[in-house]
Amino acid sequence: MKKLDRNQMAARVARDIPEGSYVNLGIGLPTLVADHLPKGREIILHSENGVLGIGPKPALGEEDEDLINAGKEPVTLLPGGAYFHHADSFGMIRGQHLDFAVLGAFQVSVAGDLANWHTGGADAIPAVGGAMDLAMGAKKVLVMMEHLTKKGESKIVERCTYPLTGARCVNRIYTDLAVIDVKADGLHVVDLVEGLSFEELQRLSGVPLKRLATAA
Amino acid sequence: MIDKFFASPEAALADVADGATVLIGGFGNAGMPAALIDALIAQGARNLTIVNNNAGNGDTGLAALIGAKRVRKILCSFPRQSDSWHFDKAYRAGEIELELVPQGTLAERIRAAGAGIGAFYTPTAFGTDLAKGKETRRIGERDYVLEYPIHADYALIKADRADRWGNLAYRKTARNFAPIMAAAARCTVVQVRETVELGALDPELVVTPGIFVQRVVKVGSMLRKAA
Repeated sequence: MKKLDRNQMAARVARDIPEGSYVNLGIGLPTLVADHLPKGREIILHSENGVLGIGPKPALGEEDEDLINAGKEPVTLLPGGAYFHHADSFGMIRGQHLDFAVLGAFQVSVAGDLANWHTGGADAIPAVGGAMDLAMGAKKVLVMMEHLTKKGESKIVERCTYPLTGARCVNRIYTDLAVIDVKADGLHVVDLVEGLSFEELQRLSGVPLKRLATAA
Repeated sequence: MIDKFFASPEAALADVADGATVLIGGFGNAGMPAALIDALIAQGARNLTIVNNNAGNGDTGLAALIGAKRVRKILCSFPRQSDSWHFDKAYRAGEIELELVPQGTLAERIRAAGAGIGAFYTPTAFGTDLAKGKETRRIGERDYVLEYPIHADYALIKADRADRWGNLAYRKTARNFAPIMAAAARCTVVQVRETVELGALDPELVVTPGIFVQRVVKVGSMLRKAA
């Protein structure tokens, strides 16, 4: 089978985001989605720190320390972009104005529970940022993650063993092996990578999967 | 004549008492009122409760305040950073109390304080460890967690321009927490790049009206010093 690399995963997510969407891309892997949005498709990127209409990375030497994203990386603003304060920014999130949040994850459960903020380790310093607000607030929560841990265990689980970020909040999971919808009656496989059978994905995942009749 | 201009950061922070609750604006370095934090370190107040999105990074600003052992408790959403070693050390040594708050809840608790709201229900964090021990309620089809406002003695914020009434305009994403912190504190102290004549700010573009501001200090060029 051909596992998707990080950029291929990002391109797969980008394909599903329609014209006119308001989207928040989480820190890390989801940020890559911005590089793969089809040119000519108008999509407005939001960042928690108070900006809509994020443009490409600035050229070297053109960075402005007052213009950053939630990952504290320098960004640019597109014509039509806007700045606002933090309470308004999270009002947009919590008030269900964002069409999509794309988030990384440690685990997603069959019920759509998300764990992505804390390993729960006794020595780990907890940090949550905007993850819980995005998980509960966005109209659709898309998760991007590798299908398996480094030890080969499925990150799609019956119940999350890591502390929850949000309960029953994930709508779709994009991994390096498959695209899976989380629905009330379980997990529906939308896409598989080339050379991977449904049965093999089922075996690797260890949780019940359904074939989607109208697989894209 | 109303004149909220102060001659120096030191003069603007002279009366901060031990045990004060201080909101500090900024998200990363954008909007971080570095000159005011330096003045607070020099001023010497102890046992402070600090509210900021983070818990400092590197060796300057909030990190230096924590390193100087002035902070008893911090409320923030994201303390852990690659270079948050002053906080990490104090936290592991049990010298600083951490109240971890989801970022949107942090913002709304600050906003609520400034807006006279007694408490509010939010869906954020329901069913998670950060809602443990909190009142919850089902309203309609959703579950909510009860959260209380964060009132403060001082807010230390950064803006781009101010007039002597304390009207403020910001620059880009440096705005972040400043407008809501300004409203939530009993005494709001602002570091600005430029002070202007009354009437020079376009009233349509004043983001924080002067009613929320008590003290303004011009700090000239606020470009961060190279490390």
